[in-house]
Amino acid sequence: MAEMEDEIRKVLADQARLPVDVGSIDVDADLYTLGLTSHASVNVMLGLEDAFDVEFPDALLRKDTFRSIAVIAEALRNLVDPASV
Amino acid sequence: MTTAGRDTGLRDAARELGEGVLGPNADDVDATGRFPKESVDAFRQVGLLRALISVEEGGLGATLDELSDVLIELGRWCASSAMILALHSIQVACLVRHGETQALAAFRGRVAAQNLLLASAAAEAEVRGDVRSSVCAVRADGDSFSLHKLVPVISYGSYADAVFATARRTPDSAPSDQVLVICEKDEFALTQTSDWDALGFRGTCSPGFVLDARGPLDHVFPTSFGDLSSQTMLPVTHILWASLWLGMAKEADARSRRFAQQAARRSPGSLPPSALRLSEMALGVQQLDDLLLGARARFATADTDPDFGASIAYATSMNSLKVAASDLLQEIVHKAFLICGMAGYANQSPFSLGRILRDAVGAQLMINNDRINVNNAELLLVQRGR
Repeated sequence: MAEMEDEIRKVLADQARLPVDVGSIDVDADLYTLGLTSHASVNVMLGLEDAFDVEFPDALLRKDTFRSIAVIAEALRNLVDPASV
Repeated sequence: MTTAGRDTGLRDAARELGEGVLGPNADDVDATGRFPKESVDAFRQVGLLRALISVEEGGLGATLDELSDVLIELGRWCASSAMILALHSIQVACLVRHGETQALAAFRGRVAAQNLLLASAAAEAEVRGDVRSSVCAVRADGDSFSLHKLVPVISYGSYADAVFATARRTPDSAPSDQVLVICEKDEFALTQTSDWDALGFRGTCSPGFVLDARGPLDHVFPTSFGDLSSQTMLPVTHILWASLWLGMAKEADARSRRFAQQAARRSPGSLPPSALRLSEMALGVQQLDDLLLGARARFATADTDPDFGASIAYATSMNSLKVAASDLLQEIVHKAFLICGMAGYANQSPFSLGRILRDAVGAQLMINNDRINVNNAELLLVQRGR
């Protein structure tokens, strides 16, 4: 759980181009409010796919999927191990 | 066929306006680059400025499809006037679909009762073209706000009763954390910073301004601009723009047809060479019409299916509409020149295509097609293609 969160933060630090320190972002904070653009969210998505070796299905390719660290983690958990749902 | 099943009431009114008011003044509006006051007065009289507001709130309760039909008709007569109604209606659509607070509902009521004309200050000089990023910010002070914004273009800004401006939510917000805020005429100062002497859409009177506004804090939309844009402003903009472009294409088509028919009458028994081009024109107009109808249907689907509305496929389709429709318009107008020949090239002729051509060039540039293609390319990188 914490590992996944750390990995997500790493991807955000590399790809999200946020004007704030990614390490200090609350898991429920709205990333768009913090400055995530739709352009950057595309790179975040590609970065997450690489980092977790998953592919986001079409149904998850929407702004809301990348709204917060917690929401991203939830989506990834379902993708990495669908049986855990 | 293209009109099958569409309500014709408002469209008939639009045709009357086109014939009686927009058409007779279009060349003068274009030649002198003046605001088409008589068109906007007529819009007020018929109720077109409040078309999208519900009947209960004092509007006409028209659907987006009905307004789209109105713009197709008006686009034939005076593209500048039609563009003014389109730009105004985009703001009204935001107000109708995202103005759920009491204060915004009250403002909506005033738009309807007083037929207020709404303009847009979405672009910002320091940002150069990216409407999803702001430098300026809403500054709250008790119950009121102030805003200082350098705007490269406010169409008919000098004639608007209110301006809808984008800005960062607070001075501490990120550039992409934007809101939409209503600035009213008696509470803003507009200082013109450039002139509007453009190739086309000359009657939209769209120079740059410095906007200094104050107002009640509840004139800030509660929905973030990002959501408001993807759900309403962007799709409605592209649908309404494509509507008036279709009107321009239809007018080019009509002039070409009249020209070819005249040639055919002069040489009975033989098909004039220009006639074959008519068939190509019809194909182009049909493509443009179908593009628009498809986009209208998608917009209606997105309304009832939020998952579809939030999908990348929907976003790219609305971007594609803008690029494809404006490119098609160019092709259609160029074909019209080949058909009408020198009669279309001449400025003083019943087949003159000059104004339509100059206006049509603007279609590709207002939100530059290249910028939209870059955005779409980015979105397509993540789309799965299944």
